[in-house]
Amino acid sequence: MSEQERAAQRLVGAAPAEGEGQQRVANLWLDAWHRLLRNRAAVLGGVLILVLVLVGVFADVVAPYHYSEGDSVHNHMVPQWVADIMPGDMAAYTQIGDIYPLGADYLGRDLLSRIIYGVRVSLPVGFMGAMTALVIGLVYGCISGYYGGKVDNIMMRIVDIMYAFPTMLLIILLMAFFKTSFGGNQEPGTAAYTFNQINRAVDGLLGLQGGGMLFIFMGIGVTAWMGIARLARGQILSLKEKEFVEASHMIGARDLRIIVRHILPNIMGPILVAITLNIPTYITTEVFLSFIGLGVDPPTPSWGSMISDGSRAIRSYPNQVLFPSIALAITMFSFNFLGDGLRDALDPRMKGTS
Amino acid sequence: MGRYIVRRVLWMIPVLFFISIVTFALAHAVPGGPFDREKPLPAEIVANLNRYYGLDQPLWKQYTDYMGMTRNPSGVYAGLLQGKFGPSYTTRSRTVNDIFAAHLPVSATLGLVSLAIGVGMGVPLGVIAALKQNTKWDYVTMGIAIFGVSVPNIVLGPLFILIFALTLGWFPVAGWGRPEQLVMPAVALGLHESAIIARLTRASMLQVIREDYIRTARAKGLKERAVMVRHALKNAFIPVATVLGPMFAALLTGTFVVEQIFAIPGLGKYFITSITNRDYPVVMGTVLLYAVFLVIANLMVDLTYAFLDPRIKYS
Repeated sequence: MSEQERAAQRLVGAAPAEGEGQQRVANLWLDAWHRLLRNRAAVLGGVLILVLVLVGVFADVVAPYHYSEGDSVHNHMVPQWVADIMPGDMAAYTQIGDIYPLGADYLGRDLLSRIIYGVRVSLPVGFMGAMTALVIGLVYGCISGYYGGKVDNIMMRIVDIMYAFPTMLLIILLMAFFKTSFGGNQEPGTAAYTFNQINRAVDGLLGLQGGGMLFIFMGIGVTAWMGIARLARGQILSLKEKEFVEASHMIGARDLRIIVRHILPNIMGPILVAITLNIPTYITTEVFLSFIGLGVDPPTPSWGSMISDGSRAIRSYPNQVLFPSIALAITMFSFNFLGDGLRDALDPRMKGTS
Repeated sequence: MGRYIVRRVLWMIPVLFFISIVTFALAHAVPGGPFDREKPLPAEIVANLNRYYGLDQPLWKQYTDYMGMTRNPSGVYAGLLQGKFGPSYTTRSRTVNDIFAAHLPVSATLGLVSLAIGVGMGVPLGVIAALKQNTKWDYVTMGIAIFGVSVPNIVLGPLFILIFALTLGWFPVAGWGRPEQLVMPAVALGLHESAIIARLTRASMLQVIREDYIRTARAKGLKERAVMVRHALKNAFIPVATVLGPMFAALLTGTFVVEQIFAIPGLGKYFITSITNRDYPVVMGTVLLYAVFLVIANLMVDLTYAFLDPRIKYS
């Protein structure tokens, strides 16, 4: 058991004072909320995430152009201010024009608009990764930890095996499999067709037709849940021997009720923190996948594919790699600040740990 | 302890077996074959190639051939159990063993140097921040750390090229072979790890230096330096050792990203192109190789605990 888990356990063990009931629990969360609001970095992170969500939702309104709309006459065009701050004399070899606020890419598509629509790729990936981790990991960890014994042993061996997979390589393999087996046009009536249709629906929902977002969610989801499963199991193992769980057993509460009503509220804190701090990992995974061409399908704008395109022209047009990178970095900062803040707020003893 | 190690090593066998099956199944589930071309080869040639490589055999037979459990089409046992990773379908002059011999040292050098940067920078920074808690040292170090944690290497790579190669001209933009070409990719890869390690070290150091046995060590008149290094740091390193396992894994695949950005001839590029080329032996070999590294690294981490903290015993 790590120091972290031990510390978390100590806190969890001490926090729910038995017999004081719902009122005390509510206050705990309220206390945490107030601590969170006092943390300026965390508030900044939260606000930035909120802004990003809004930008993503209203991308059609915010973005000056559509992401696939380009005029190859304007390819690599940069505005004056960008040419001024970038190294080298950009004006010598490229067109200067203020049509596009951050410049245009190699097909003459507006960089700013593509970055804005890129929010629709990155944030859903982060949230869906978190959701799958939460749902699968929590259910898996709860079952394993609560029932213990043989069940626990087998379930945790499976997690051990999953952990031995080089995660990124597995995701790359899965992506290649999903994209070739379920993408494109499929015969109706097959399982591939069903996946294909769901994928289209997801893309349509996000406003990124032909993006292939479902496959990314699936690829990341397959590998996202193990950490949370282990964490949840560890927490439950220490909780299920506590008197208040025993008391619930005594008055005849069912397993499901005990888990949902008595155990889950006590372990949600550390799990919420772990999940928030994992979101950047999911986002960078997608960025990397798109970077190597196994993520979203063009012309869907992912920051990863933009960084990939941009780094090919990094000598001549550094702005094309710089701006998507900044967008990605800001997003990472926001989630890390918020995650750090959440941890400090929910578990003040853990302050400053990673 | 000895029995524990034996048990863990034996447990690796089913794990690696399972990984090999899943990888094999996934690689073969991708539609198409290694000899599909945009301009198709004549059917007889494809058939001959398939027969030569045993790709016309049933899948289970291909798997057992690959593992070296059955005789391959040439009538010999030549598989993993015999230490042969098989042929590469795309670079036919070289076996997968040759490819690994040529490119694995590149990825490994990059990965190990980054890990060294991660630990070498992270631990001292974390210790300084902890010892000078709530001073400007602490704030500056932790400020750098949050930057390092947040900015992924996919951003750091291009950023470094932009600043240190194109603007300042200190390092070459890309490439491999000379020591100065190693600097930027290794730092881009190691900075993130060092940031994580620094934060962890600081936190666990802060916890440890408030423990009773530290007070005892001071009370018996040990020098401050001895207290910190011999007593505090050793214990504070335990949580750090915990993340070294996953971190090693992250570095292994992290090299894939950095290799792409800096045009480094490591295994990463090979793996990615081998998937699209349906070069099954390369895919299988790479995944299994990395899985072996991973399970060994995790075992080493677990054994390190026992060394660092005598209270931890394995049986």
